Amino acid sequence: MDLTFERIAVPIIETLRGDDARVVAHGSGTHAATANPVEFGCEEIRVPSGIVRHDPADMTVTVLAGTTCRELADVLGEHGQEVPLDPADDRATIGGVLACGLSGTRRLRLGPVRDAVLEVRVVDGNATLIKGGGPVVKNVTGYDIPRLMVGSFGTLGVIVQATLRCRPKAPSQRWYRTERDPFAVRQAMFKPTSILWNGHETSVLIEGFEQDCDDEAARGNLTEAAGNGSAWIFDARSRSHRGRISVRPTDVRATMSRLAMDSSVHCVAEVGVGTIHVSSDDVEALVRARAAAVAESGWLLRESGGPLGFDGFGDGVANSGLAGRVKSAFDPHGKLAPGRMPL
Amino acid sequence: MGQGRARNEPLELALYSRDAGVQSGAASAVCFPRSADDVASAVRAATRHGIPYVARGSGTGLAGGATPLDDALVIVTTQMNRVIAIDTHDQLAMVEPGVLNLDLSRHTRPLGFHYAPDPSSQQACTIGGNVGTNAGGPHCLASGVTSAHVLEIEVVLPTGEIARLGSLAPDTPGYDLRGAFVGSEGTMGICTQVAVRLMPNPPEVRTLLLDFMSVEAAGATVSGLIAAGIVPAALEMMDAEITRAVEDFVGAGYPRDAAAVLLCEIDGLAGGVAYQVDAVRRIGYEHGARNVRVAANEAERQLLWKGRKSAFGAIARIAPDYYLHDAVVPRTKLVGVLESIYAIAREQQLTMMNVFHAGDGNLHPLIVFDGREPGVWDRVHAAGSQILRTCIDAGGVLSGEHGVGMEKRDLMPLQFSNDDLAAQGRLIDAFDPDGLANPRKVLPSGWRCGELNQRSAPVPEGTWI
Repeated sequence: MDLTFERIAVPIIETLRGDDARVVAHGSGTHAATANPVEFGCEEIRVPSGIVRHDPADMTVTVLAGTTCRELADVLGEHGQEVPLDPADDRATIGGVLACGLSGTRRLRLGPVRDAVLEVRVVDGNATLIKGGGPVVKNVTGYDIPRLMVGSFGTLGVIVQATLRCRPKAPSQRWYRTERDPFAVRQAMFKPTSILWNGHETSVLIEGFEQDCDDEAARGNLTEAAGNGSAWIFDARSRSHRGRISVRPTDVRATMSRLAMDSSVHCVAEVGVGTIHVSSDDVEALVRARAAAVAESGWLLRESGGPLGFDGFGDGVANSGLAGRVKSAFDPHGKLAPGRMPL
Repeated sequence: MGQGRARNEPLELALYSRDAGVQSGAASAVCFPRSADDVASAVRAATRHGIPYVARGSGTGLAGGATPLDDALVIVTTQMNRVIAIDTHDQLAMVEPGVLNLDLSRHTRPLGFHYAPDPSSQQACTIGGNVGTNAGGPHCLASGVTSAHVLEIEVVLPTGEIARLGSLAPDTPGYDLRGAFVGSEGTMGICTQVAVRLMPNPPEVRTLLLDFMSVEAAGATVSGLIAAGIVPAALEMMDAEITRAVEDFVGAGYPRDAAAVLLCEIDGLAGGVAYQVDAVRRIGYEHGARNVRVAANEAERQLLWKGRKSAFGAIARIAPDYYLHDAVVPRTKLVGVLESIYAIAREQQLTMMNVFHAGDGNLHPLIVFDGREPGVWDRVHAAGSQILRTCIDAGGVLSGEHGVGMEKRDLMPLQFSNDDLAAQGRLIDAFDPDGLANPRKVLPSGWRCGELNQRSAPVPEGTWI
């Protein structure tokens, strides 16, 4: 089927023209419980999947927003490339990962998800199809609308298509486990890809050329090979109540100490990044975890569950006055994902 | 603001009437704040009187972004130049906007870290200016431009409030206002403090010079490297004219008879660096390199880079004036676009040199001329416009690192539709409801609310429209 973003946008625009339109973009639903629930009665918009263009030699890829991360990984993998989005469930769509702005566990080395986005095509709340950014790897022309869309939970526009920056897949990828202090390991290493710490033991991911991996392992005094450490986080999806804490990297240790007082909470920290993934079967655990984060000047984003009335963000959004004006610029009548963000 | 820190003597006004671009404007006053409160006072006072204002660091920008229009107040941040903190555990630095780019790395290098974005003007340009333009540089190929290195910014918003955008924690609740601000060229407010990410110094660095008998072979080598999964720390190309000019100027050891040279830097851990240096050499020869030289020592490495960084000094010996362009094309289109650029130069009877960031497709065609020659400016402008159209037609963008400013404002419709521009207009109105923060930059006229109410001063002489 010949699906261009312009054609896909037509019915979305039609829907959003309605005075009473209330819509929410829906991908695979893997992140549907993140932040706050949308108001009752929103119409679900689904964007098709499809790789629009992959230029291996340019290391860019353009996809329709409904493409799953797994589909994208398969296509890029044939050319030895990847976009390190790394959602816990790879059925997540590109549109969903971008809208939720949740970075993967290789952020320490490979950067946040927002840095992978070069261009977006979105339908905003004014029912217009707009483009932000450009399809090349370096661009400072005009305002950075792609970065605004990342993490906006669909409240600024329905993402229809995105162009992403690819990178060559590392020739070698190794996981190690260690009981050494993860912060000391981090200081000793040059550019580890990921350091995950569950409070007792640490999983370290090293990527690069074979020789780089040897060198990094020696620096970190890592000898014991291990399985994929991200499994700690992926496995947490079996627990009903999940959240993501964001604290200054240096405050991770203190936050983990506070979290350790609650035996019902499982936590995995991304050392050097400042993200702590928490999960529990106890409905009140997210309340206590949020208190621990706030005590260390951080915050917790609900990814799923929590008690009735538990806010997705806690204390609202930063710079709420300005954020509200930005929201009005793209969606003056509040048609997009109403309720999802406290604006 | 304290005494003597706001001035309006004619000499000073003239000094601050332009940046390093070709257009001049006119300032009504200049002030030199020392704190965020000073900046906020200046912004509030200007707003009270309906006077536009423009922030400025060292004024090295090339797109007229810091050029005052409409008798604006120029707010110069160069006296806010303290490095507030360097945190090697969290690998970040907190600085004031007037800190010079190179000074930051000088501070942090002995501690094992550096600040990655390195624009050619890094000895003179400020971090605040870098934030304003989302500045790049040769070493942004592997590590990204300014936006990827800015964690948190304290800003004075056009409403006069002082706000912190972004955070030292990895995520901030709400929209990425930090991301929107970086590269907004002073139209969303003025940054008064910046937290930047520091990168660990690479244990090993190797710099290679590859020379070629054709531009095509050099371009094919760039594609070959990317296709082989090699992402060098930097990958710069220079064509025959600029190579000769640089060699005559600094004696960097470049071959004077080459059609093109590539300067390639590989850094990282020793084993991987050795492997990649071998790969670059092999791929270079496979694609027709005449010679591949690896700098034998640090002195030789520095000399190779001195050549690249002296390019703009070198051309001053050839002709009194130059016009430097900045556009990006997909890396696979480099060679074709370069051919078109040479054809444009021939057609307009201009000397054109190319020295650019080949690894990310960021072209910098450099037109060298004598402005006293009658009619030459018309040809320079015509060539510039043709070059940018060629880049857009090849699937590229108007600016890779210099910004839009005044220079490319009216070319924005080449890249963006009316709907796109209207959306950008609404976004900037959300930040700057009064339209006084560096007005008439970035967006062409007609896309902002209340524009008709603003004073419409004549476009200054020399503006390229």
